[in-house]
Amino acid sequence: MALLSVEGVTRRFGGIVAVDDVSLDVGEGEIVGLIGPNGAGKTTVFNLITRLYRPESGEIAFAGESLLRTPPHGVVRRGIARTFQNVELFGSMTVLEHVLMGRHARRGRRARKILGYVGVAAHAHRLARELPYGLQKRVELARALASGPRLLLLDEPAGGLNHEEVEELGGLIRRLRDDFELTVLLVEHHMGLVMGAAERVHVLDFGRRIASGTPAEVQNDPAVIEAYLGTTNG
Amino acid sequence: MRRALGIGAWLLTVAAGLGVFLVLPHLVSDFHSRDLARAGVFFIAIVGLNLLTGYTGQISLGHGALMAIGGYTTAALVVHEHWRDVWTIPLAGIAAGIVGFIIGIPALRLSGLYLALATFGFAVAIPSLLKKFSGLTGGTQGLRFLESAPLQVTGLTGKVTIFGHTMTQNHFLYYLTWSIGIVGFALAWLIVRGRLGRVFRSVRDSEIAAVSSGVNLAATKTLAFALSGVYAGVAGALLAIQDEIVNPLTYTFLLSILVLVGAVVGGLGSLPGLVLGALFVQYLPKISTHVSGRSGVRDFVYGAAIIVVMILLPTGAGGFLRRVARPLTTWLYTRP
Ligand SMILES: Nc1ncnc2c1ncn2[C@@H]1O[C@H](COP(=O)(O)OP(=O)(O)O)[C@@H](O)[C@H]1O
Ligand SMILES: [Mg+2]
Repeated sequence: MALLSVEGVTRRFGGIVAVDDVSLDVGEGEIVGLIGPNGAGKTTVFNLITRLYRPESGEIAFAGESLLRTPPHGVVRRGIARTFQNVELFGSMTVLEHVLMGRHARRGRRARKILGYVGVAAHAHRLARELPYGLQKRVELARALASGPRLLLLDEPAGGLNHEEVEELGGLIRRLRDDFELTVLLVEHHMGLVMGAAERVHVLDFGRRIASGTPAEVQNDPAVIEAYLGTTNG
Repeated sequence: MRRALGIGAWLLTVAAGLGVFLVLPHLVSDFHSRDLARAGVFFIAIVGLNLLTGYTGQISLGHGALMAIGGYTTAALVVHEHWRDVWTIPLAGIAAGIVGFIIGIPALRLSGLYLALATFGFAVAIPSLLKKFSGLTGGTQGLRFLESAPLQVTGLTGKVTIFGHTMTQNHFLYYLTWSIGIVGFALAWLIVRGRLGRVFRSVRDSEIAAVSSGVNLAATKTLAFALSGVYAGVAGALLAIQDEIVNPLTYTFLLSILVLVGAVVGGLGSLPGLVLGALFVQYLPKISTHVSGRSGVRDFVYGAAIIVVMILLPTGAGGFLRRVARPLTTWLYTRP
């Protein structure tokens, strides 16, 4: 049974159907990629899973139970933590305080351990927003890990990072999965990282799921090639 | 070593502060200690407003109305129920805390300037509400302690004896107000340094990140409103006890604005400067009257002084504007 299952979910914004009858699943312990061109609806899927948005129709279940009756602030208690495409930090808080906020509702490993793990322990008492962008993303990751999640949602973790940092990231995500016994759903709009780290991939285009399979399978799928060639972002 | 020095300096500051608190009324005229007691009322209200506006980022221009709830609770209990004035203070705090909580519920849908305007509406409406329910509130006349329940007024004879120590009524009011103010300040300090303070700031800094960390926005915001209301209610009760009368004129929207001015001048999102904010609000009108008794000149001096302080404290004023804008922008971009 899938740890996360999204079934026939639709969400509109005005005239735009941001997510159109999308179904996808993530199995326990998997690293699954969610890819697609800009505006395909990937972040919206995250916002639906984390209950920031309400779906117009469809069902989302986690560990066999519906998520749709869980309030937005209850999602982390159920074992789902996330990062944001454009980092969402607490402007007045130090790095350590971010991790303490991560432990607000549900406690994972000790704050110090996590800071060391993601490599920001040296900056524990600095304001997070004063750090370079790459480290800010690490702080967000540390905050998410601090809640001891079962499912980790990463929204474009490679965005804004330099080449070297992106190379490291793939390894880090796999290590995280093993060391923290996580399941990972990874949004990326560039193929490279996903193809290296993910075991399975779902592809969205204009709000619809157009393909699913192993990275090799989807890379050769004509519909996927079309979607990526059909936009300037491919 | 550095840590020990830090703790030493900290203790010294606290001791100096307490020393000033104890001797101050003896350094000024008896009559003047009543002004200081009045500054203490502002101090308590400002500390409470800062928990709400400074730490959770919710602007209230309605704190004068919450003070009215406290003041009228005290007055009604003294005049109608013949309670001893000082014993009404806890209930006044609770009553305003409940009203604060209730205001906090519609406030969940609003932030930034919209919230400021909604709370301002409450502040504008309260005097006419007070006039309307005249059976309870005494209408335009208000409630007069000395006429209706003189025996319930502490220090009616001009002297108060506590623990065998006799002092003037003005000194009593000073020590009563500022003792409560110091306790309230210490509690606020514990709150903002602790887990709850962090949760408050998370809501101010990023609502989405706070929710995703498991913070219940509705519960946190209404809790902040309620807590802030308790401070305002206690301040209002002390104001009523000092004046020995309540009437609608005391609780116009100007009172709400003064409390916000004090919090901004004192420094939103920090506590130590709030004493200065309270003194500013209490003494600025007197100082401007001193410059000139003519109302035009006086008001000009008053307004100009606020502007000058804002310019001289760019971080205070700047931080304020940032926080006005932030909940608003967060709101605009996170609505489903
Ligand atoms: N809160 C919102 N209000 C209006 N439109 C939105 C909102 N969130 C997303 N959209 C629209 O939904 C579509 C999908 O956006 P998004 O999920 O952010 O795409 P992706 O993350 O794949 O780049 C876009 O057309 C976007 O403009
Ligand atoms: Mg996106």
